[in-house]
Amino acid sequence: MAIIETQNLTYVYGEGTPFEKVAVDDVSIKIDEGELVGVIGHTGSGKSTLIQHFNALLKPTSGSVFVDGEKINWEDKKTLRAFRFKVGLVFQYPEYQLFEDTVYKDISFGPKNMGLDEKEVDRRVRDTARLVGIDDNMLEKSPFDLSGGQKRRVAIAGVMAMEPKVLILDEPTAGLDPKGRETILSMIREYHKEKKNTVMLVSHSMEDVAKNATKILVMNKGKLFCYDDTRTVFSRAEELKAMGLSVPQITDVFNQLKKRGIDINEDVYTVDYGVKLVKRLMEMKK
Amino acid sequence: MIKDITIGQYFPGNSIVHRLDSRIKLLLTVMFIVMLFMANTFLGLLVGVLFIGFAYMMSKIPLKMILKSVKPIAPLIILTAILNLFFITTGDVLVDWWIFKITTGGVKTAVFMVVRIIALIVGTSLLTYTTSPIELTDAIERVLSPLKKIKLPVHEVAMMMTIALRFIPTLIEETDKITMAQKARGADMESGSILKRAKALVPVLIPLFVSAFRRAEELAMAMECRCYHGGDGRTRLKQLHMTMKDLNAVIVTAIPIVLIVIIDKVNIF
Repeated sequence: MAIIETQNLTYVYGEGTPFEKVAVDDVSIKIDEGELVGVIGHTGSGKSTLIQHFNALLKPTSGSVFVDGEKINWEDKKTLRAFRFKVGLVFQYPEYQLFEDTVYKDISFGPKNMGLDEKEVDRRVRDTARLVGIDDNMLEKSPFDLSGGQKRRVAIAGVMAMEPKVLILDEPTAGLDPKGRETILSMIREYHKEKKNTVMLVSHSMEDVAKNATKILVMNKGKLFCYDDTRTVFSRAEELKAMGLSVPQITDVFNQLKKRGIDINEDVYTVDYGVKLVKRLMEMKK
Repeated sequence: MIKDITIGQYFPGNSIVHRLDSRIKLLLTVMFIVMLFMANTFLGLLVGVLFIGFAYMMSKIPLKMILKSVKPIAPLIILTAILNLFFITTGDVLVDWWIFKITTGGVKTAVFMVVRIIALIVGTSLLTYTTSPIELTDAIERVLSPLKKIKLPVHEVAMMMTIALRFIPTLIEETDKITMAQKARGADMESGSILKRAKALVPVLIPLFVSAFRRAEELAMAMECRCYHGGDGRTRLKQLHMTMKDLNAVIVTAIPIVLIVIIDKVNIF
């Protein structure tokens, strides 16, 4: 069953003012449970606006959103909070939202808001802290004393600790060095593997998406361009390039090789797979 | 959403009023206020109202904006009207009921005061509608610059105002973002008692302060990197120039003032 479904979702910024802008235009989509979805699109393509509808932060101008089969009902504002616990959203640069005096308290903010008892809160905090690689002795430190990468991980843990059915991360690796990026991504992979929950990853890096996602959602100028398997999406390289996106570098390399007449009838989108393929081709030549 | 509040209420345009020298506009606004307070008769006030109507026509600001500027002070206007209505007891008695006594003098003064206040607000709003906040602080700096002689840090004060104005939209955006992020973690800001709601603001205020300080530090560093050292010997990107149209504007504004003085002296009404 679809965990998230939208029907003709449209969102207009600043309706009725000279600054009116259609950010999300008639998007209908079904996202199945357990997927790791990569969300890509040019800056301003509406991807951030789209995901803020999934946990009832933005009220659609028209259309509707269903989470786990249940329609988000904007008429009854009291019901909205429940959706925020079902769909956890990590914003861009989430480290700027830390506010408690200890890491422990900050991670427990979400679970406490859910009204869980102390024992359960404690279990969740320690569980997610382990998952994001925060040591026990760090839990009593002030979040403001941590390094940038650590802060980011604590902030993500704050959302993960609510154990949402869907975890959405908006560019979780922005502004981090390669090592920090890999730590965060492997952490997300680990989480996805362990909890079997749905994860959505908004990213500008095609490499990150190619390496992690099972499906890709492409937004273009507020419209849903496509939602399909990673392989299928990256095989439309020309179209992606036309809208200012790219494909992973390795895919580009292999597409060029194909153009030069080398017989490869597969699409390659991760370096690991590329290496295997090259090795196989070389074996065959011998 | 907080985003919807317009701050500084600048309404971009390219009319003659927009293009006037901002210092002159400041002067004209003062002249306009003087004009309104010099008018003691309805005819004099009418001249002032017609003048402001003319100025709005020239500025091409939509009429909707005028209403918008009056709206926030509506309670003040109503209060003034009521006070004048009941406490001025000159002229013929119109209504006499219990302790209330409404007289023709009261009605006249009430109407007069209401029109004057509205004209005042609408007129001064025109300044902020047609002048960007940056231009405005620039003008204030220039107008106040003689105060440098008595060691008042005019440039620094103007710079602080400029920076403060510059960061209002940034901080609003930031507040919005943090609020959203905390809501996503289940923060409840819309229900509960006042105390509970005030407490619910903590998760927003702390990150906001932290980020404001961070921004301040970054900006200070960036300014120092570009060798900012206060106002001494600083030249401007946009020089203010007075032209014929500015002189014309002053004359156009002076005419109704003279007219009002004459009307009051003649005192035919």
